[in-house]
Amino acid sequence: MDLQIALILGQDGIVNGAIYGLMALALVLVFSVTRVIFIPQGEFVAFSALSVVALQAGRVPATLWLLLALAVAALAVELWRWKRGAAVDWASTIAWCVVFPLIASALVLLLRPESLLMQTLTALAVIVPLGPLLYRLAYRPLADATVLTLLIVSVALHGVLVGLGLLFFGAEGSRTPAFSELRLDLGGVAITGQSLVVVAVTAALVVLMFLFFERSIVGKALRATAINRVGARLMGIPTGLSGDLSFALAAAIGAVSGLLIAPLTTIYYDTGFLIGLKGFVAAIVGGLASYPLALVGALIVGQLEAFSSFWASAFKEVFVFTLIIPVLWWRSLSSRHVEDEE
Amino acid sequence: MTRRHLTLAFVVALAAAWGFLPDFSVTVLAYIGLYALVAAGLVMLTGVGGMTSFGQAAFVGSGAYATAWVCTSPMVSAAIGGVVSPALLPWIGLLFGIVVTFVIAWGLGAITLRLSGHYLPLCTIAWGLSFYFLFGNLEFLGGHTGVAGVPPIVVAGFSLASPRSLGLVIWGVLLLALWALHNLLDSREGRAIRALKGGRVMAESMGVDTGRYRIKVFVLAALLAALSGWLYAHLQRFINPTPFNLNIGIEYLFMAVVGGAGHLWGAVLGAALITLLKEQLQDILPRLLGSSGNFEVIVFGLLMLFVLQRFADGLWPTVARLGGRFLRPATPSEPRSTLVLPETALPPRGQVVLQAKAVTKRFGGLVANDAVDMDVKAGEIHALIGPNGAGKSTFFNMISGVDDPTSGEVRLMDRQMAGQPSRAFAALGLGRTFQHVRLLGQRRVIENVALGAHRRGKRGWIASMLRLDRAEEAALLAQARRQLERCGLGEFADVPAGSLALGQQRVVEIARALAGHPAVLLLDEPAAGLRHLEKRALATLLDQLRAEGLGILVVEHDMEFVMNLADRVTVLEFGAVIARGTPLEVQANPKVLDAYLGGVDEPAEEALVGQAA
Repeated sequence: MDLQIALILGQDGIVNGAIYGLMALALVLVFSVTRVIFIPQGEFVAFSALSVVALQAGRVPATLWLLLALAVAALAVELWRWKRGAAVDWASTIAWCVVFPLIASALVLLLRPESLLMQTLTALAVIVPLGPLLYRLAYRPLADATVLTLLIVSVALHGVLVGLGLLFFGAEGSRTPAFSELRLDLGGVAITGQSLVVVAVTAALVVLMFLFFERSIVGKALRATAINRVGARLMGIPTGLSGDLSFALAAAIGAVSGLLIAPLTTIYYDTGFLIGLKGFVAAIVGGLASYPLALVGALIVGQLEAFSSFWASAFKEVFVFTLIIPVLWWRSLSSRHVEDEE
Repeated sequence: MTRRHLTLAFVVALAAAWGFLPDFSVTVLAYIGLYALVAAGLVMLTGVGGMTSFGQAAFVGSGAYATAWVCTSPMVSAAIGGVVSPALLPWIGLLFGIVVTFVIAWGLGAITLRLSGHYLPLCTIAWGLSFYFLFGNLEFLGGHTGVAGVPPIVVAGFSLASPRSLGLVIWGVLLLALWALHNLLDSREGRAIRALKGGRVMAESMGVDTGRYRIKVFVLAALLAALSGWLYAHLQRFINPTPFNLNIGIEYLFMAVVGGAGHLWGAVLGAALITLLKEQLQDILPRLLGSSGNFEVIVFGLLMLFVLQRFADGLWPTVARLGGRFLRPATPSEPRSTLVLPETALPPRGQVVLQAKAVTKRFGGLVANDAVDMDVKAGEIHALIGPNGAGKSTFFNMISGVDDPTSGEVRLMDRQMAGQPSRAFAALGLGRTFQHVRLLGQRRVIENVALGAHRRGKRGWIASMLRLDRAEEAALLAQARRQLERCGLGEFADVPAGSLALGQQRVVEIARALAGHPAVLLLDEPAAGLRHLEKRALATLLDQLRAEGLGILVVEHDMEFVMNLADRVTVLEFGAVIARGTPLEVQANPKVLDAYLGGVDEPAEEALVGQAA
């Protein structure tokens, strides 16, 4: 290996690491606010990328039908809860179950977007409401269950979504056109515009998230919920709201990641799972709690993957996933006293 | 008819029908048996132990690949071919598979199981994925094509090649495993395993090394999976990495959860349901949806969500409840012999048994305990009082090994205890109760109390599985019953602990602590929630224990109770000791009055002092 190859691999590692970093941020966010280990995070990646592919082929992406079905189901659940005397937050329910799905339908069915930008926005409009709807249908009824039960729910939900992904998009993979055809030559190393887009968008999202959590009252409410759920509820922060919001953010991050990575690699219906899991490896570096450490972890995962694909390409997944063993071992050194599970 | 009769009837019916069932049914039943063996391990792990694994399929794979490699590799036959007859190779493969699986599971467990619970399942996802990619790429194991030509198992010259003969072995192994697991759960070790789910802090205080138990349960589940893999390899006679994929690992978990993750028979029910359903769905769904693929996972996932939301304990409890109407409860058999539990002699009266020297605990900037000194002597009752938030509970954690002091020293039985876990405190004779009651609410009261005597038993897992622990178990239960009767709750021995009133649950905790034959007793608000007569009974009991020579530390808010009972009183406020002495001295101390009644005006305070005197 010479320097040039090392630089190319390093560049690959940074681009992939940026995507894993986004996944890791979403996973840490969802886990700290709702205690859900959100295995299906990766599904948003594949769904958004393949939705754009469908839009470009002039087809209606089947994810829209999924969105409408989930919206109807969630609305039915809320009505049923309301009839049984539970308090229902109708404003957010109407927003997630009616307004956003209608906007998405209008964009897909009436506007029939032609430009890449509009197709991208349309895909986001379809995918983002899936987050809160899935939360309401799958997780909220079990909001008081153990982390373990919620994890099993996640795995079940992952199964459902991957199966649906196969049904919607078939087994063939697809790519989307790049956002930028730019090619730079930097000291003999070609840098594609798309990889710059990936890194820039990731950086922008990280800054936006930082501002959101540090400056906005809603972001602070989410952080308060993450630190102490009961305390936050006593201060008047509704648990449902924080669930809706964190899942919407997770879906948005997943969808953006999908749009970013689809021009770089072929996306299959189940590609998202592995991407999401690599995000997990990164998030575990930060103990599922620290955002900066999770980003560091993502860069390590990206580099490890890039370089192991050069030396032992067949085993690169093995290397990436066994990385969590030394990480967990290192974490276990610092824990001596037992705690009861939540 | 009791439950046991029904089980026997099921086994007999299955055995009688075995010869007459069509080949197809026999094959399906053999696979259900294989899957149930894995699912039973997951029941132990998930429903009983409160952990989970998505990587069981990979453990099945390590069992299957181990035997396939031993039986087919030219390397192995070159090495031992001349010495060992080919008929023995599957048995060497079994041994090899068990060793390999043991090492992997122990390693994964040792790394993750001391961390909080969700790291193990995440780690098993990574392990499940790695296994698939690894074995798919190892040339000497056939890569993605796999290994063909695995020989059948031969026992005494009789070949178990057909599913009909090997299926019988599979069900024999499954039923034996269920029997052993059932025995294990119904023992001293079983009580400790059940405490892993939601009761770890408590179990540690009873002397259970919960980290070790978690690893052992995980290894047990992995070995059951490997055993299933060994049988699978010799049933199928051909293996490739696909059936050991993560998706199948998830399917195993579906079986355990849908069937009923807390019940061993739930594993069999779940394995049967999922296997039969999968077969139907693989037939129907592609026709319905017009394309082929693993669409059954959609139905399984939805089924799982439904079960988790509506039948959190799986389907078995519902089945058992329906069937339970027609069954009468089994009468426990009397043990043939019982033995005497070890009792360490109590230290002489007046000797310091527990001592805190300048114990300080900081949480960031907050000083919860500030250089607290206190000691407890054998044969006395020492009360620790103070207003809410004075740092009593923190101090309690410091002197019971739940947490470490930032600085200062804790000595128990004249031994330095810095950095020791609470089970080390229990081993030196410290028994305790908890401010927020920590009982296993679904288990019977007597089982909860018997957990307190955990350290006084010796029998391990194997002995429990084989029912060699009955004499000791009878002694432990008798001890638990004696302590319950002593605390006045003998009549409630067989009801679920969660059904008692809160005050009674506190007394159950005292009985549990006493079952460990402690020399030092730490009681955290024992009188809270008790009625007047119950309080009096408790005071009598504590008085009696003091007379026997126990050193007792009581944290309590009920001043009448404390002042009438205690020999010495220590008062905490804002983390620091503000007064100590006999009840009379403390009652007269103006600082104490100030702490309890707030900053009152001088004349009013004097009036109160006058009243107290």
